[in-house]
Amino acid sequence: MAVATKATPAATDDKELLISGSEAVAEALVLADLDVVTAYPIRPYDTVMQAIAKKIANGELVAEYIVAEGEHSQFEIVKHASTVGARVFCGSSGVGWMYAMECLVVTPPLRVPMVALVGNRALDDPGAFGVEHNDALVVRDVGWLLCWIDTSQEALDTTLIAYRVAEDRRVFLPLAISADGAFLTHSQALTMVPPKEKVDRFLPRYDRGDLLLHPDNPITVAPQANEDWVIEIRRQNNEAMKRAYTVIEEAYADFRRVFGRGPENPWFEEYMTDDAEIILVGMGTISLPIKVAIREMRAKGKKVGLVRLRWFRPFPTDRLVAALSKARALGIIDRDYSFGSPFGSGVVANEIRAALYNAERRPPLLSFICGLGGREVTLEDVYKATDMCYGAAKSGKSDATTHWLGVRE
Amino acid sequence: MAETTTFTNATQILEPFRGVKKVTLEEYFTSGHRTCQGCESALVMKLMVKASGPRTIVLGSTGCMYVANTTYYTTPWVVPWMHTQLGSSGSAALGTAAGLKALMRKGKMKSEPINVIAFCGDGGGADMGLGAISATLTHKEYNSLILLYDNESYANTDIQLSGMTPYGAHTTFSPPGRAKRIIHTRWKKNMAGMMAAGHPECRYVATVCASYAVEMMNKVRRALTIGGPTFIHSLDPCPKGWDYDPMLSHELGELAIETGLFPLYEVEDGVVKYYGKTRAIVEGRARKPVREYLLKQGRFAHFTEEDLEYFQKKVDETWEKWEIPAVIPFRRLDATRAALDTK
Repeated sequence: MAVATKATPAATDDKELLISGSEAVAEALVLADLDVVTAYPIRPYDTVMQAIAKKIANGELVAEYIVAEGEHSQFEIVKHASTVGARVFCGSSGVGWMYAMECLVVTPPLRVPMVALVGNRALDDPGAFGVEHNDALVVRDVGWLLCWIDTSQEALDTTLIAYRVAEDRRVFLPLAISADGAFLTHSQALTMVPPKEKVDRFLPRYDRGDLLLHPDNPITVAPQANEDWVIEIRRQNNEAMKRAYTVIEEAYADFRRVFGRGPENPWFEEYMTDDAEIILVGMGTISLPIKVAIREMRAKGKKVGLVRLRWFRPFPTDRLVAALSKARALGIIDRDYSFGSPFGSGVVANEIRAALYNAERRPPLLSFICGLGGREVTLEDVYKATDMCYGAAKSGKSDATTHWLGVRE
Repeated sequence: MAETTTFTNATQILEPFRGVKKVTLEEYFTSGHRTCQGCESALVMKLMVKASGPRTIVLGSTGCMYVANTTYYTTPWVVPWMHTQLGSSGSAALGTAAGLKALMRKGKMKSEPINVIAFCGDGGGADMGLGAISATLTHKEYNSLILLYDNESYANTDIQLSGMTPYGAHTTFSPPGRAKRIIHTRWKKNMAGMMAAGHPECRYVATVCASYAVEMMNKVRRALTIGGPTFIHSLDPCPKGWDYDPMLSHELGELAIETGLFPLYEVEDGVVKYYGKTRAIVEGRARKPVREYLLKQGRFAHFTEEDLEYFQKKVDETWEKWEIPAVIPFRRLDATRAALDTK
């Protein structure tokens, strides 16, 4: 038997695990001492529930684990558990998320800080497992905080940040973490898992305060209102969403202080944008082919950069405009669609157009739709988009159309 | 966080009220609502929380008892109350009970038995919310009561028919006309029987009618005491939906039972027990003809003799041919044999 040698002490007390995005979320849920979780099967998000179920079975997490009879109940159960003070988690994908829709729209006005994982998936029909962002995007107008992640590490870190932000009394809104189906939910990478003591320093207990539904606090929640009060209730939601900007900034700053990692800019990642003539914009794991393409293009002298948007709600209007308006041209690559929208563009492109409207300097903007249904985004797709952006930079004009990349015409 | 050792998942022990004079004086559903004159469902709400007492959380799905009871800035609820979606009474009960259990188990909340009651109307419960209620009745580790207040239509939205509306009734979705006298040709679902038969680990299912208030409250108390998920079906005469003089609510409730149309029974740990005037029927008292009940209500005013006879025949069947009379609709073996013999 070999003599055990003492391992070199790690520079950090984190442990390193080879885990998928879904498994990383489950690690974070254990660290956050989750109280109630509801599951219902649909690919690809359900891998997170499989991971949680194992953790509960193995005694790593003590939580009420309920397999619901449909997504509508799945979300409604955790909504109610949250109102009596429990930290809750839920999730879905594609049409499952749609099936829960009624229960998704009621959580923001109820000020329920549930955290959900959306494993992004194309909507039926046809039944398809691959990634599209339209599922999560349907809640963009109704008061959900909404962000996109790119790596297992970001999955773990963002889950901890999500509870910190959602459960902040200034916010008290539900939060959906979007992870590209398969590309992130199922792909493993080395991930640093922090110790519980550190998490406890970062993430306080969920305190529902005067909104707690309990016999000691006999309140009536969500009585019926009409034209007499509904607009005020909507306004309160809006104010909470506005306050989320500050709370998110604070949470990331604190995360960096406690864990010694994490981005300075919570809102979006900038890759080689400092001197970029062309900036491409996308969300989620599309960053990988774009980054590779950028490195290839830079080797040939093309100054291209990427902005990978993390937060979609609240939308980082000012910072994004500042980052984008310095480019000679922009190429927005949507992994979603919005049929009949202005210029037939995807959701992200039109949000950015709107954000740039008041900007001092508005670079030409081209809109692309790519990678729908989980189709691979190839380097050729990115080269083609970039070349078109250079064309727009030269002419100084945006074209009033949307370009679909990688489509069999 | 580890589990605490003090948590037991116990329920409150609510002994039955021995007579109307022994009922507690405190009210937990008081003024502040705007239900119709003669609304039996409002009485059901009042009796339900009177029975449960103050350490109770009530969840109410969309319907009359949401819209008419809780108008922003007013509330009749003395106990904590929360709205849940139309089809979500089952999920609301389950989620609330699970949240409390998790927090108490983990020592994050003082451990004590808190009653969780979710109510639904017939539309929210027997139509849209059936799946969620069914699921909740299989989760035996969560203590909750689901109370279905059945006024036999979507009464809050203008009286549309539900799966619980009686055969032939006139609703805004089933108006009698020149070409068709009867639009609604479906027979009412057998909700309590279905819940009792289909959920072997649900320990308590009962039917109640607020015309018999003390009995009704005692069924609620039994359901909350026995623990696990439980289900009560209450038949609530509705002056607006059924079209009768509001002073007759109580009498119509009695007639529904005396005609054998709505049996009063409980199923505790699988044992069926009839009570009240239903028990008298089982023991041999004659049922009143259903026409005495039907013809007091405007919603059946278009009925012909033929319709009345059909209705009576269907009710007779529940008593004469069902395996467990008026509870479980499988045909008794002897009836099946007799049917075969006649062929």
